[in-house]
Amino acid sequence: MTWGLFSASVRFGGRAALDGLSLVAARSQVTVLIGGDGAGKSTALRALLGLVPLAGGDVSRPGKTEIGYVPAFGGIYPDLTVAENLAFSGRAFEIASHDLTDRSTQILERIGLDGVEHRLGGHLSGGMQRKLAVALALLHRPRLLVLDEPTTGIDPVSRAQLWRVISGEAASGTAVVVSTTYVNEAQRAHAVTLLDRGHAIVAGSPDEVIAAIPGAVGALRQSTQPSGPDPSWLRGRTWRIWAPDAHLPPEAQAIQPDFNDAVIVAELDHDVMRGR
Amino acid sequence: MGHLAQAHSVTVRFGAVTAVDSADLAVDAGEVIGLLGANGAGKTTLLLSLLGLVRPSAGAALLFGGAPSTVSRRRVGYVPQTLGLYNDMTVEENWTFTCRAFKQRRPIPATIADAAGELVRDLPLGLQRRVAFAAAFSHDPELLVLDEPTSGVSPLSAARLWADIRAAANAGSGVLVTTHNMEEAEQCDHLVVMVEGKVVAHGDAEAVIGRRAVVEVRCADWRRAYQVLDAAGYVVQAKGTTLRVPAPRLEVERVLDDAIIEARVDVAPANLEEAFVAIVSGASPS
Repeated sequence: MTWGLFSASVRFGGRAALDGLSLVAARSQVTVLIGGDGAGKSTALRALLGLVPLAGGDVSRPGKTEIGYVPAFGGIYPDLTVAENLAFSGRAFEIASHDLTDRSTQILERIGLDGVEHRLGGHLSGGMQRKLAVALALLHRPRLLVLDEPTTGIDPVSRAQLWRVISGEAASGTAVVVSTTYVNEAQRAHAVTLLDRGHAIVAGSPDEVIAAIPGAVGALRQSTQPSGPDPSWLRGRTWRIWAPDAHLPPEAQAIQPDFNDAVIVAELDHDVMRGR
Repeated sequence: MGHLAQAHSVTVRFGAVTAVDSADLAVDAGEVIGLLGANGAGKTTLLLSLLGLVRPSAGAALLFGGAPSTVSRRRVGYVPQTLGLYNDMTVEENWTFTCRAFKQRRPIPATIADAAGELVRDLPLGLQRRVAFAAAFSHDPELLVLDEPTSGVSPLSAARLWADIRAAANAGSGVLVTTHNMEEAEQCDHLVVMVEGKVVAHGDAEAVIGRRAVVEVRCADWRRAYQVLDAAGYVVQAKGTTLRVPAPRLEVERVLDDAIIEARVDVAPANLEEAFVAIVSGASPS
């Protein structure tokens, strides 16, 4: 049985929040949903979990006790200590107490929360709260792990610790679906879907996303934005220019685009198709 | 010409806690400086000292060559992460309000004119950020201070915001970006990395990375290789099915050999994020 969304649509009132999205949550894989604020990432994850009804299409997922979920906000009990958070979640999932103690100790150490067992959840820093939320979602060894922006706003050290845990879960056979606004993080995925206003505008492995760029990408080192019809964007002090017909202006130097360029081109291409 | 803002051996103590410890920093016209550090590293305190909102216990914080004051602070444009816009007012009302506060009357900029009549709270985050930038840039500040200016927006929106920031720098402003988003750090000309109140590294991204390297592992069964290296205590970062390990090559090869895993092992330059984690964790460049 393949878990995922299949041509799924979600409507909020008259607005299409998701429009025919397909997303496979494969075992032993990290699937990343990337997009800006309002792209539909949370809606897609909630549709996968059955928390919002589909207006069309299908969804498939394991039973509730086999799913771990970290929502975009919260996911912890702020008035309980870290240890109490774990004990409470463990009991909710009916984990035997001796197993729970071992599992809790092991997860806290891996995720970098050992030593703060007796602090209140609500008194932890933002990054530590996110780590605690992920720890709680892992406690019952879910087969499908769904994380909604687990790393937004946290520092790179905590980010590395969280990704160590996320990749480790996939390595041990869990299907992991993660949303993020960071392009760098999407490159950690086995499969990436770029969302824009409820549409998947590109999907595949990071290498496939790069290979799918139509036309040519060039670099121009100048201070002002290049004129002319081809879209351009800034990377550091260098402009990138995308020629959909592969005819770059003579002053541009053709380059091998990276994943960041590929995602921007996909967004530009989508805008062109929408006639903007 | 002097620096727009300069911290000269600034130390800030709060009781027994040293938040900033002999930190040096300079922002010049036309330059985009990225101030990096983990939470609690002292970035915000150093920034507040440059703006005159926290008094250094030792050293000197200078704004436009003198002690920071109400008058010199008016020459600074600041965009907090929370943006500081009036959400229940339209874009145009926000613009006019900001201009009046600086006793100015100016037409709304082209970057946000299309959304003039819309309430700020109805706009996508990328456009809200452009409005906040326009408002902060409206009085032609000589120094811009931006906190995570592009976090949370799509890559294309982020690129458009960086075009706005770069245009301000090209027009002669100095820009100070505080962030722990390495994508933003990569857009800056010069980086300053703080750990526990001290400046521990500075230079462009290449200089901060230095000779730091990671070991890349490619093999048929990435999962098993991951589990073996992870169990050996390494903080392995998976990039698809390629594993990146911050450890000496020989060590990694030995762990894989002991587990009888056949793999291709290469040494690759660290990226900025990996270098940052190594610096903050106190590892020396290998």
